[in-house]
Amino acid sequence: MQPAFSVLFLTTLIGVGQGMLVALVAGQWYYVIGSGEAWESDAFYAKGAAIALVFLAAGLLASFFHLANPQRAWRTATRWRTSWLSREVVVLPAVMGLAVIWAGVHWFEVKPVLLTFSNEKSLDLTMAVGFLAAGASIVLYVVTAMIYACVRFIREWASGWTVTNFMLMGLASGFTAAAAYAALSGSRLTDFLVAGAIGLTALAGVARAAHLWRNLHLAPPSTLRAAIGVRFEPIRQITPGFGGPSFNTTEFSVHGGAGSIRGLTWDFFLLAFLLPVLLLAAGGLSGEGPFTVFAFVLQLLGLIVERWVFFAQGRHVQNLYYQAQG
Amino acid sequence: MSKQLALVIDLNVCVGCHACVTSCKEWNTSGWAGPLPDTNPYGAQPSGVFFNRVQTFECGTFPRTETIHFPKSCLHCVDAPCVPVCPTGASYKREEDGIVLVDYDKCIGCKYCSWSCPYGAREFDEIQGVMKKCTLCIDRIYDTSLPPERRKPACVLACPAGARLFGDVNDTESEASRAIIDNAGYQLMPEWGTNPANHYLPRRKIKMTLHKDELVRADNPLKVEGELPKPHFNAPSIDEMSSW
Amino acid sequence: MRDPVTSRDADFGPTEVKTTTCYMCACRCGIRVHIRGGEVRYIEGNPDHPLNQGVICAKGASGIMKQYSPARLTKPLKRKEGCERGINAFEAIGWDEAFSLLSERLGHIRSTNPSKLALFTGRDQMQALTGLFAKQFGTPNYAAHGGFCSVNMAAGLIYTFGGSFWEFGGPDLDRAKMFLMIGTAEDHHSNPMKIALAKFKRSGGRFIAVNPVRSGYAAIADEWVPIRPGTDGALLLALIHEIIELGLFDRDFLVRYTNAAELVNIDAASNEHGLFVRDPDVPVRPDTFDTPDKMWLDRLTGKPVLARSSGCDGRLMGESVLENGTPVKPAFQLLKERVADYTPEWAEQITGIPAATIRRLAHEMGVTARDQRIELPIAWTDAWGEEHDKVTGNPVAFHAMRGLAAHSNGFQTIRALGILMTILGTIDCPGGFRHRTPFPRPIPPCPKPPKGPHAIRPDTPLEGSPLGWPAEPDELAVDAEGNPLRLDKGFSWEHPLSVHGLMHNVITNAWRGDPYPIDTLFLFMSNMAWNSTMNTVEVRKMLTDKNEDGEYKIPFIVVADAFQSETVAFADLVLPDTTYLERHDVMSILDRPISEFDGPVDAVRVPVMPPLGECKPFQDVLIELGTRLKLPAFVAKDGRRKYRDYPDFITNFETEPGSGIGFLAGWRGKSGEKFMVGEPNPTQWDMYARNNNHYHYELPRSYQYMRNWNKGYLEWARRHRLVRYTDPITIHLYSEVLQKFRLAAEGKWSGKQPPDHLRERVGTFFDPLPFYHVPLEWAAVDTRRYPLAAITQRPMAMYHSWDSQNAWLRQIHTANVLYVSPLVGTASGFGDGDWVWVESQWGRVRCQARFSEAVEPGTVWTWNAIGKAAGAWGLSPDADEAKRGFLLNHLISEELPGAQAGTSVSNSDPVTGQAAWFDLRVRVVPCGPDEPAETSPQFAPLPAVPGQTGFTGRMRAFFAGKRP
Ligand SMILES: Nc1nc2c(c(=O)[nH]1)N[C@H]1C(S)=C(S)[C@@H](COP(=O)(O)OP(=O)(O)OC[C@H]3O[C@@H](n4cnc5c(=O)[nH]c(N)nc54)[C@H](O)[C@@H]3O)O[C@H]1N2
Ligand SMILES: Nc1nc2c(c(=O)[nH]1)N[C@H]1C(S)=C(S)[C@@H](COP(=O)(O)OP(=O)(O)OC[C@H]3O[C@@H](n4cnc5c(=O)[nH]c(N)nc54)[C@H](O)[C@@H]3O)O[C@H]1N2
Ligand code: SF4
Ligand code: SF4
Ligand code: SF4
Ligand code: SF4
Ligand code: SF4
Ligand SMILES: [Mo]
Repeated sequence: MQPAFSVLFLTTLIGVGQGMLVALVAGQWYYVIGSGEAWESDAFYAKGAAIALVFLAAGLLASFFHLANPQRAWRTATRWRTSWLSREVVVLPAVMGLAVIWAGVHWFEVKPVLLTFSNEKSLDLTMAVGFLAAGASIVLYVVTAMIYACVRFIREWASGWTVTNFMLMGLASGFTAAAAYAALSGSRLTDFLVAGAIGLTALAGVARAAHLWRNLHLAPPSTLRAAIGVRFEPIRQITPGFGGPSFNTTEFSVHGGAGSIRGLTWDFFLLAFLLPVLLLAAGGLSGEGPFTVFAFVLQLLGLIVERWVFFAQGRHVQNLYYQAQG
Repeated sequence: MSKQLALVIDLNVCVGCHACVTSCKEWNTSGWAGPLPDTNPYGAQPSGVFFNRVQTFECGTFPRTETIHFPKSCLHCVDAPCVPVCPTGASYKREEDGIVLVDYDKCIGCKYCSWSCPYGAREFDEIQGVMKKCTLCIDRIYDTSLPPERRKPACVLACPAGARLFGDVNDTESEASRAIIDNAGYQLMPEWGTNPANHYLPRRKIKMTLHKDELVRADNPLKVEGELPKPHFNAPSIDEMSSW
Repeated sequence: MRDPVTSRDADFGPTEVKTTTCYMCACRCGIRVHIRGGEVRYIEGNPDHPLNQGVICAKGASGIMKQYSPARLTKPLKRKEGCERGINAFEAIGWDEAFSLLSERLGHIRSTNPSKLALFTGRDQMQALTGLFAKQFGTPNYAAHGGFCSVNMAAGLIYTFGGSFWEFGGPDLDRAKMFLMIGTAEDHHSNPMKIALAKFKRSGGRFIAVNPVRSGYAAIADEWVPIRPGTDGALLLALIHEIIELGLFDRDFLVRYTNAAELVNIDAASNEHGLFVRDPDVPVRPDTFDTPDKMWLDRLTGKPVLARSSGCDGRLMGESVLENGTPVKPAFQLLKERVADYTPEWAEQITGIPAATIRRLAHEMGVTARDQRIELPIAWTDAWGEEHDKVTGNPVAFHAMRGLAAHSNGFQTIRALGILMTILGTIDCPGGFRHRTPFPRPIPPCPKPPKGPHAIRPDTPLEGSPLGWPAEPDELAVDAEGNPLRLDKGFSWEHPLSVHGLMHNVITNAWRGDPYPIDTLFLFMSNMAWNSTMNTVEVRKMLTDKNEDGEYKIPFIVVADAFQSETVAFADLVLPDTTYLERHDVMSILDRPISEFDGPVDAVRVPVMPPLGECKPFQDVLIELGTRLKLPAFVAKDGRRKYRDYPDFITNFETEPGSGIGFLAGWRGKSGEKFMVGEPNPTQWDMYARNNNHYHYELPRSYQYMRNWNKGYLEWARRHRLVRYTDPITIHLYSEVLQKFRLAAEGKWSGKQPPDHLRERVGTFFDPLPFYHVPLEWAAVDTRRYPLAAITQRPMAMYHSWDSQNAWLRQIHTANVLYVSPLVGTASGFGDGDWVWVESQWGRVRCQARFSEAVEPGTVWTWNAIGKAAGAWGLSPDADEAKRGFLLNHLISEELPGAQAGTSVSNSDPVTGQAAWFDLRVRVVPCGPDEPAETSPQFAPLPAVPGQTGFTGRMRAFFAGKRP
């Protein structure tokens, strides 16, 4: 498939935003259930949520570039019963709304206690909203990934791995972002977030590798025999019926093809997983903030490349009908 | 069963002339679905929006080769996968007649429906920013200002070989259904469960069987000319051996 | 959203429907043009038209984009003073200037030497008018596309049975049971053929395609018989061999309706050798075509008798000696001897078709013709007065076109096809071949070319017609020394029966001044600087080549075209024509009408749009010119203008004063009460318009079949002035006409004789019976070095070079590739999609190769006329047509080494002068790694011309009328 840059940015940027929300909420929860050291101020969470919101908003903005008629974008919310794309359109604002509320209750310290635990720590309103926001973020991963995973006609995408990966990569990048934020603001949560980022990045790398491995061994989804209903083989297309390009050749294939995909796969493994893990570890050990920031920047870049590869690798069944140049 | 309008395309007589391609473009560009724009119309790499394309395939190896001309437009799938995925509801399947349409006033041009069509039947209009596809000439087939026999899709009326039949494939009495039943009409890629309404009729071969004894006949002109070699009178006959 | 169901198309604005006749190709279908807001909204087939019955083709449906083409010319143009030809340096002028310039120049030519005007027209449909103009002007140098198109098909069959395929007749697929299509990709009867073929297949007919390539029609054949190009003669002769061998021929038909039983003088020493023996006691009318004085060998008595004597039956085989000692054989016996060695095994070696397949095909044809005979209860009377109570038909139909025609052995190959059809008894009968009015014609038809220099005189119309049908050597257009009278050497000893001229040699001959230099080359509707010329690169140079004195070798070139074609660039004067939607036209019985099997049909085209800019219908231009030049047909005795314009001309012109014969056959007579013959009718155009622009006369059923010998029909035809005589048109299984030329070559003819260096050539190829010879080019080429045959074919969605300007059609065929068998790629070391050089002895082109299993492995092919010169046709210079498209024409030579050292002859059939496009031999080699992925040769991009419509902008979103 032809990767659309708007979609690359949308999915990676909101992934970061969602992941950051989850990371920060996890940090807060970690304090609640943990040994009590990793306390952070409400302002820290509020600012963190704001940063996450920036990512979410940037993603949303990017998505508009994908629409030829953005003025009608509101309509996209109407088919949430059947369309994952529509569901995303519902859930993304929900996540953003929850993030705003979460930031708000922190900032204004609206934190009535809702529950007190045996370790004397308590679940207050900020925590509860945080859970909602984090939960919604997780749901959004599923929803976003399902947009692609439910396209049966692209076997590379139609897999649980798509969902797993969107989630793991989003979380990993979100944790890295949060770790960088924490490190820069000298937060006590830094170690926790760095550890989380390292763990999730490694996991995401492994899962992505597994997905790639799976895709290497996909049986062809359909045959030319079935496509045109003729049994007499071998079958070759002589012309698709036109001599130049068409929507069905530009949208469903990539310039550069297999060569660039292979090269970029190595690139993104390096950028999105290997280097960030090393940099995060270095940052964690040395306590130098810039390492984690650098890790995040590389990872985000790597994930954009990863997303490009993800799209480019999708081979659509319809291509059976568009094999020859006229 | 409810009505399902569709095309039945007879590969046995389609000569690949592209009449259906351009007549479709011609009707639709100035009509309800139009315009269907063309990019670089007079430059390098021209391309444009067409609802119907005629592709060519070769099967087998020389000298046993079949050349197949294969027209393809939206198949108006009964279980159209392109419809539920549309986030705006712009893509829809009409209950009255099963035609799958796009409402250009709702479409945001996200192209998601095209990803959900295994047949590559949708094409994007860059100018209007909406997805387009074969409408089954809905603006012709119900237009009461046209004489009844012209209320057919433009491509069907154009096709010089009569290779395109139009009708209700759920009505077993329709010409389209009869053609499917009589000629083993089939659907494309049934394995995806899309249940395309358009059907294709396969190649049918006419052969001739000749028996050796049909080659020579009693009134063979060679005989009239006295040219058929007659056995000589003295040539051996069974008389030499028979004993009854 | 506008509801597509309740909102009608009319809601976008009122639409007006006008009917006219399509001219996106020469098929001439009836169309209905819907116009909204002054623009074309929709063009559909006219359901009330007999030809296309409501269907339309890809081109016809794209007529809108021709109307709005960026290549349209809108102003008369004159080459800019001081600028060279070929670079589109023009200034716009007015029609007044154009006319005075032209009439002055042509007037001078006419009053000095009319031959110095060469008027050649390409794929037009108005040869009756252009031919009339040339004849009136007095020049013999006139022809249309026929010579480079399919004259072999016309001549080969018309000299055999008085009709042909192409626009003259065709297969009756309504009733045929078996159909062989040989060497046809699309042909002129585009839509009717598709309608008929599909119906034929649906009703269970067996369809066999003989073609090196399986595309288009051949794709849906029940059996594809791949054949090596140029070898069909061998296949057809082997089929004839097998059919004769098994007695599967229709003896009765042969004896009655052909010259098969007529006795031929076989005395090699005689001056009458090879002619039919004649009974001197039988009186013969001097003007008869089918003389009644020939002889038969009576089957019952074994004696020579007067042919068709009552109570006799002619023998087809055997031999005899006349009382005067002349040894004779029936023509059929000679045919039988001719094909004796043409066995299926022999043909297999040549054609690549297994002998068993050839045998089987012969058996299938023979048995189908014999056992599935159709009998229609139609009574008719034959030319000899015998009454028949039924019409019978042997339902084996054939169709063939340029696959046979465009070879230098095409004439004899097509003769073989005519004879195969004849021995199966399938001429003008149900299920077989059917004529279309005005065919059948006498063999040969009456018009004759000018017979000597006396026929060409200043200020005088030509004696004879520029094109005609020689029946004997004395009717050739040569002077006393045997030199050609025509610029193209038509009707000379090089190509005696070149009945459509040799347009493909015009530029070369004019450039060389051989046989003589000319002054003005006037081209109409012909792209002679590109796709209709051979050796394109060199020919383009000839158009700009100059004498030592700095004058162009071809002093003045006039081009009448509607679009910015490659040829326009070479003009000194450009006359912008209208499109077919903007003008009147007639499809006349005097020309090639659109007749049906059941009777004559002629048709008109009427304008449905106003002319764009200063475009003027070329018909009007000719009439204006004719008037200014005071050509007798266009002015009254006192020199006054006779016709206001073309429509007026069509209404009032009569072939001779008071003849009652004009261009249109329908609604003649003062108030339209007559047809075929009758006084001019002032409201004739309206009557055509009211009848969907055509006139169809359905012959009585008893006149619809067996028209060569149908007394009723022949008398009807004479009454309506289609023919002069009612003599039967007996099939020339054996061609005495050809034998007369051979006798001349042998020195046994008392009249004109060929110059010595051509005697052998004429003697060889003017064989009265068909024979197989390899195409001439193969003899001039090392075929081991150039092992592949290279051919082109027409795509159904493109008409020659016209349609690259069409935004819709060009998307279908944006560029062309060379289709080759994978075996060729393996042998020469290139892969699918690689760039290759295609090399012939005469030149080379670079293009992209594509593997195909649907091509005979010794053949390579490409679509015709897709490649364009950069910047032509309103396309941008980097258009794919110029960068990836190519012309095979660059590789084809217009001349071959001649019969004499140091001379050259046209690369054509030696009998008819048919351009031998498909004789080309090539090899294919991979390109070097550093070569550009671009076709070669390339030409300097042409700029637009003044007044050209043009189109800039990245997108075109055509919507007729205003969008609501
Ligand atoms: N290699 C190869 N070459 C071939 C052939 C082949 O098979 N192979 N086929 C040959 C044959 S059979 C033919 S008939 C020729 C055809 O060759 P041409 O007779 O040259 O035909 P076209 O290419 O159609 O070009 C005719 C010209 O007519 C112009 N034209 C179109 N419409 C109008 C109009 O309404 N008015 C006027 N005045 N002009 C108009 C076009 O712009 C164009 O310049 O090509 C021959 N060339
Ligand atoms: N769409 C469209 N229609 C047209 C035209 C057009 O340009 N476009 N041009 C019109 C004109 S001017 C003409 S003359 C007619 C021509 O109509 P066709 O005769 O159909 O013309 P070609 O395309 O030259 O087809 C030649 C066919 O013969 C095959 N062939 C070549 N060599 C041989 C051989 O040696 N033996 C056999 N058996 N087959 C061979 C080729 O593969 C090809 O299929 O078409 C007319 N109709
Ligand atoms: S118009 Fe008919 S014959 Fe021509 S390509 Fe289309 S379906 Fe085939
Ligand atoms: S062919 Fe494609 S676009 Fe048409 S209904 Fe089926 S899935 Fe939808
Ligand atoms: S492109 Fe239009 S029709 Fe297709 S899914 Fe998007 S909104 Fe729906
Ligand atoms: S039914 Fe109408 S819209 Fe569909 S392919 Fe045919 S002409 Fe085009
Ligand atoms: S076959 Fe020729 S005349 Fe008929 S519609 Fe097509 S282009 Fe027009
Ligand atoms: Mo032609």
